[in-house]
Amino acid sequence: MLLEVQDLHVSVEGKEILKGINLKLDRGEVIAIMGHNASGKTTLANALIGLPQYIINKGKILFEGMDITNKPIYERAKMGIAMAFQSPPSIRGLKLGDMIALAGGINPWKSKNHIEFVMNILDKVNLNYSKYMDRDLNVGFSGGERKRSELAQIFAMRPKLMILDEVDSGVDIDSLRILGDSIREYIENNNCSSIIITHHRHILQYIKPKRLYIMSNGRIVLSGTFEELISKIEALGYEKLIKEVLNYGLEGKTQESSTSSH
Amino acid sequence: MDWREKLKKAALQAIDKRATYGSDIDLSKFIDRIEVEKSIDKEVENRALDVGIEISKEKSGTYFQIDHSVLLSKIASSIKGLEITSTDEALSKYEWLKSYYWRCLSVDQDKYTAIAELKQSKGYFIRTEPGVKISQPVQACLFINTSGLLQAPHNIVIAEEESELNIITGCTISSKVSYALHVGITEFYVKRNATVIFTMIHNWGENVCVRPRTGAIIEDGGVLISNYITLNPVRDIQAYPTAYLVGKGAKVKFNSIIYASKDSIIDLGNRILLMGEGCSGESIFKVVATGRAKVYNRGQIIGQNKATKGHLECRGMMLCPTASIIAIPELVAEHSETELSHEAAIGKLQEEQLHYLMSRGIPPEEAIGILVKGFLDPGLPGLPEALKTEIRRRIFEIK
Repeated sequence: MLLEVQDLHVSVEGKEILKGINLKLDRGEVIAIMGHNASGKTTLANALIGLPQYIINKGKILFEGMDITNKPIYERAKMGIAMAFQSPPSIRGLKLGDMIALAGGINPWKSKNHIEFVMNILDKVNLNYSKYMDRDLNVGFSGGERKRSELAQIFAMRPKLMILDEVDSGVDIDSLRILGDSIREYIENNNCSSIIITHHRHILQYIKPKRLYIMSNGRIVLSGTFEELISKIEALGYEKLIKEVLNYGLEGKTQESSTSSH
Repeated sequence: MDWREKLKKAALQAIDKRATYGSDIDLSKFIDRIEVEKSIDKEVENRALDVGIEISKEKSGTYFQIDHSVLLSKIASSIKGLEITSTDEALSKYEWLKSYYWRCLSVDQDKYTAIAELKQSKGYFIRTEPGVKISQPVQACLFINTSGLLQAPHNIVIAEEESELNIITGCTISSKVSYALHVGITEFYVKRNATVIFTMIHNWGENVCVRPRTGAIIEDGGVLISNYITLNPVRDIQAYPTAYLVGKGAKVKFNSIIYASKDSIIDLGNRILLMGEGCSGESIFKVVATGRAKVYNRGQIIGQNKATKGHLECRGMMLCPTASIIAIPELVAEHSETELSHEAAIGKLQEEQLHYLMSRGIPPEEAIGILVKGFLDPGLPGLPEALKTEIRRRIFEIK
């Protein structure tokens, strides 16, 4: 088991957002978390990486068997948890190339050895080295460029677990293909586990998750194999599907609700 | 009475005149006598290196002053049309130079200009002949070796018509100097279509007071880019360089990069007078304040002619609640066709950026360092790449 989330309750600015999340992930396993806006998907992602404003009131996060619930963000990163942010900040004066080196644990100001490393990583996300290396991080980047910059940084971290938070939002069809291909390739080559958070299925054409979880109101209300659930979502939409399952299926037992066995 | 005596008399009358800004310094606490003459040894060379002065490297020219003595004043043999000497020597050599001496600054402006005239201790005279373009930087170092010293060099830079000049000035002290006062007078004369890029790096000690007085006259099509960098603690700096853009289309740009720490008091401003038609001036001030440092950024742009443009900008980052940054911009429009603007933003380090870096496995201390450095990173326009790299390196060495 790589990741185990047990009864996780998380609040932000005093308001409880996550109301008891349970989740398990094996090494090399890819899952997708879907759900409508404000269902708690991003909160879950931010709590998993350890952003300090996400307060864990109850529950545990285990990573490789170790309790990381109280570990600071940078230690979790060092252990192998990396996230592609949905809206990463722009940082003037910090070059993308230097950031990629830093993410890879190389000090770009002390040695010149990072250049080959950065070239290699930028190549993986199809960004031209000479064009992007010296660009200020995310400053003036298009939606697609931002997402690729995020991927480049997390690839540089060589993570065991990648959390991709809406990596497919605000990108055009060409960028989506590049993103999808590079993620799939990375996962396959590195036996990396991944949690893909998305609104819609576009990115899932490129990376097939084993299981799919649907969140609503801070809980996982449905889970099942990807093939099974995705067609139902498309046929009914989240709301109808959730209502249907709650009313006729497994009343109240939301977290364990499952349309198929694990 | 000869011309110099007249200046000294005016100076004497202003010797008790407080400056408009900055704390008042008791001048009687400082000495102007040197006990031991210092030579350029390893320590001096290393300290100079910290302010960008490389004695051992071949430059277009080098001027090196320790206390009141000029130890080096040389020009590379390959360079023609450039002159570097002490202002004293230049004054005795050129009769015409008196008309420049104290032309863009008043000797009786305050007690510091006054003392600088009364106790003048050399200073550099750098001049390019018309049409001569010197791309390699000329370096000048003003070094204090004697504790308690008043060092008052008077520098004059003249870029004749169509010439180009790039100067790096480093000011520093010996590690054993416990206190000192530096009052540097600098006058720039940028003639028609000439360009001067001037970069000053200060590395004074925690007990050194600094009162530079700087003026510039820029003629038709002339350009002055003045970069000021101070990254280490200082007791107290107050300066307010003034640029008079008298010619048509003259330009000035002041860039300041300040890392103010410990108990430093840094009071800096730039005054730009847009006098000629189509002139433009800009002052960009970037400051990070920590410890108990207090930083003032003053700025004044006066638009006096048509098609003139001026912009003041102050970007401040507060790292510590005991530090302070005060931005005081002033725009004065005296012509209906002048366009003036100012922009100031002061705030703490952005937590979102900090957490973002930390999420990449970077510990908090290191992440703060990276953000501070990124914030200060100059991208100074007009600087040679090597110098930019050097400044960047220095910023990255901030502890």
